[in-house]
Amino acid sequence: MAKKNVQTLKSVTIRFAGDSGDGMQLTGSQFTNDTAILGYDLTTLPDYPAEIRAPAGTLFGVSGFQIQFSGQPVHTPGDSPDVLIAMNPAALKVNLKILKDNGIIIVNRDAFQARNLELAGYKSNPLEDESLTGFQVFPVDITTLTKEALKDSSLSVKEKDRAKNFFALGILYWLFTRSMDSTMEWIKQKFKNDPEYMDANIKALNAGYSYALSTELFATSFHVEKAQKKPGKYRNVTGNEALTLGLITAAKKADKELFLGSYPITPASEILHELSKYKNYNVKTFQAEDEIAGIGAAVGASYAGAFGATTTSGPGMALKTEFMGLAIILEIPLIIINVQRGGPSTGLPTKTEQADLLQAVYGRNGEAPMPVIAASSPADCFQTVFEAAQVAFKYTTPIIVLSDGYLANGSEPWWIPPIDSLPEIKVEYAKDPDSFKPYKRNPETLARMLALPGTPGLEHHVGGLEKNESGNVSYDSENHDLMIRLRAEKIKRINDFVKMPELVGPEKGDLLVVSWGSTYGVVRTAIEQLLDENKSVAGYHLRWINPLPKKLGEIIHNYKNVLVPEINLGQLIKILRSEYLVDAKGFNKVRGLPLNIKELRQAILDILKG
Amino acid sequence: MSLDPNSLIDEQKLNVNPENYSSDQEARWCPGCGDYSILAQMKKVLPQLGIPREKFVFVSGIGCSSRFPYYLNTYGVHGIHGRAPAIASGIKIANPDLSVFVITGDGDALSIGGNHFIHICRRNIDITVILFNNKIYGLTKGQYSPTSNKGMISKSSPYGTIENPFVPVEVALAAGATFVARTIDREPKHMVEMLTRAARHKGTSFVEVYQNCPIFNDGVYSELTDPKTKKDKLLIMEDGKPYIFGQDNNKALNWNCNNFEVMDVDANTDLDNLIKHEEHAGRAALEFMLVSMTINPDLPTPIGIFRDIKMDTYEDLLIKQINDVKALKGEGSLEQLFNSGNTWMVNGK
Ligand code: SF4
Repeated sequence: MAKKNVQTLKSVTIRFAGDSGDGMQLTGSQFTNDTAILGYDLTTLPDYPAEIRAPAGTLFGVSGFQIQFSGQPVHTPGDSPDVLIAMNPAALKVNLKILKDNGIIIVNRDAFQARNLELAGYKSNPLEDESLTGFQVFPVDITTLTKEALKDSSLSVKEKDRAKNFFALGILYWLFTRSMDSTMEWIKQKFKNDPEYMDANIKALNAGYSYALSTELFATSFHVEKAQKKPGKYRNVTGNEALTLGLITAAKKADKELFLGSYPITPASEILHELSKYKNYNVKTFQAEDEIAGIGAAVGASYAGAFGATTTSGPGMALKTEFMGLAIILEIPLIIINVQRGGPSTGLPTKTEQADLLQAVYGRNGEAPMPVIAASSPADCFQTVFEAAQVAFKYTTPIIVLSDGYLANGSEPWWIPPIDSLPEIKVEYAKDPDSFKPYKRNPETLARMLALPGTPGLEHHVGGLEKNESGNVSYDSENHDLMIRLRAEKIKRINDFVKMPELVGPEKGDLLVVSWGSTYGVVRTAIEQLLDENKSVAGYHLRWINPLPKKLGEIIHNYKNVLVPEINLGQLIKILRSEYLVDAKGFNKVRGLPLNIKELRQAILDILKG
Repeated sequence: MSLDPNSLIDEQKLNVNPENYSSDQEARWCPGCGDYSILAQMKKVLPQLGIPREKFVFVSGIGCSSRFPYYLNTYGVHGIHGRAPAIASGIKIANPDLSVFVITGDGDALSIGGNHFIHICRRNIDITVILFNNKIYGLTKGQYSPTSNKGMISKSSPYGTIENPFVPVEVALAAGATFVARTIDREPKHMVEMLTRAARHKGTSFVEVYQNCPIFNDGVYSELTDPKTKKDKLLIMEDGKPYIFGQDNNKALNWNCNNFEVMDVDANTDLDNLIKHEEHAGRAALEFMLVSMTINPDLPTPIGIFRDIKMDTYEDLLIKQINDVKALKGEGSLEQLFNSGNTWMVNGK
């Protein structure tokens, strides 16, 4: 056996890539689980092709999964991978450009034959020409070696071939000095009724590990240092899972049934799928005939006393717009979740974008003030939707919760909060017929009085026509002006309840970076790096975009420059410019991907240079 | 709506006086509008249902008809155009104990809200949908609607419409509503019966009310209301009875070669040999044949119940499913929710 070295690293980014059929998502999530259980911090990002069954071997059929893990806090899935596992030429070609210099490439050499090379647009075999110089390339005959390891199995050739992703995973486990226990356990559970498959996958996993251990090809394995994380129980969650958990939790804490009205749409559908499994948690899911009915039924359910929610993505938001207006004039608690994707129109359904912000804040007819809150990381989706629910009931208002494709599918460890640490959500309904008026307001919050149908003596009418305090239709011009101002003022008062974001960096300086939503990790990482380098830069990450934090106007003017990085052509920046008359600069990349730390750093440095 | 027919109604408690269902809002339809008749009949029906007033929720969309909820002192939601079925579905599913009505019009239900309308019928949620069909857009002042007769001159069809109209009952039948009926504004007794039956039916019930709009489409149903013609032109379908109509009850429908034909009857005709109406049969071919008479100028227009069949309601099935899952997995708690899946501990030092 060759003599091997162990090298210690602070943080590692790995990208798994192959055909949709190569099982790279599974391999990635298995590695992620193991990473999480070992106590590392991590963030992941799957990257699916838009086609469900894209043709094998093609560039657009490549499916990827990226994970960054470290003993230190990790905020992003990593700009550029240290390690690429490429199961075919197309996977190599698509991902090579983002790989780190001198990065490790493990390829399945068996897949590099003429047909696949041609499909990937390679004129000559990159494993044999000079095109991979500058990288550490490890060509492994993964298909052949897997078949050999399974030669005694009665599975068909095709079935054996499917186990090759476990062979690749075995190599990785060796490479990062891991044990394979968690995956072994998982295979045994998953295939407990299929002993043939169980056996094959275990054999493939072991074979990959042994191969890496014994071959001369791999001389070095890696150890990533661990550090102490906040004590407690953890669980790995994607953004969509965290939203699901948050919705159920908020409904329980409000002592209400959860009603989800929704229509399937990428990348929000998982929330509908997940919630429909939780029937025993007093969850009612209603797969509506369209986006409009999804929110309409949720409005009805909320009116009748349930915790009403609707989930969608950009095109669906467009369709729900009219109902949002109704929910605003009804002043009814409602959670509207938009998992943003690339637009306009159908756009890039499986990719991420932040281009629905102006739509969320302004996109309705009439003066229709809508609170907007945005999640900053996959696990943060839980807290975000919970906070939205608290506000929705306290201020009797619909609320838009913004997530996006990156948060929806990306994952990270979620620190499971002790259940008692989460506050109850108090919901009050009118009971007394003598004092009841539908639009009588709480003097503090300006929330209106809600009365549930079924309550004797409180029969009343609500609707889209302007009402006066008594709930009667009113065409009175002064009343309309008053109601419009009250509805706007109510949303401003949400600031009395919610916490202001934390300022990272000095209170005065050369540059303030204002960001929102899923760019949190990238922006935070860039700022932390620059603060370490003693640069005069600070970061302010918004949670609520409507209402904006009370002190933001003051804070913004404490810096010579303001930079607003966004995955759109500049939407928050428009709001900030009009709100605070500040000459903010934008950093905008709309590629369907998270922002890149290196590029953002450069943009910040350029401004600092002046 | 559901009701146990054997339960005794406490008349005191249930406000049986129709006037007890008037709100403090004055109805603002045009003088002579058929909507007044529907409101008056509804106020007679509600106290008879044995349901306390606070359990009624009237949901409407937009249009002349959709002002209806304001004039009843029950709970009311005046929604947005065409979307009342969606709101009503949410209300009923969230609280099946409520008695939910949708008030809609021909444009509201069949044009802008067509999709919601067919899907509420399909799901069989226990909601009563009442469609006021005046074959015109009234509130927007006189454009043709999806039920307007072909060739109709209107503000938006000065040379006559070139569109084929929907027959609302036909759409409801095709979409799978379990109770489908038709009545007319000028037959108050018949309307009371239809509304009562619809309200008591468990499942989605649909009633089309032929409603005259004296302002923009006056007389569109005059053949069916004019004493001189109505007996020949209007067929009142009654369960178990032959289809008799005509000035002196001298005509009947006969079933011949899979078609209806009109035959003369007199005192000597053996009525037992005639085909009889079966509202519970659920035989689509017959239901559709009856409905098709609506647009056949040689046959009378039927009113009454086209279909009244039993089927599990959406909300009953949903509750059953929830209970089944609870029986299987137990009542879900946050404790369980948070700790399912792959969890791991990080210990403090
Ligand atoms: S326009 Fe026609 S339908 Fe509308 S209220 Fe007047 S008469 Fe009635």
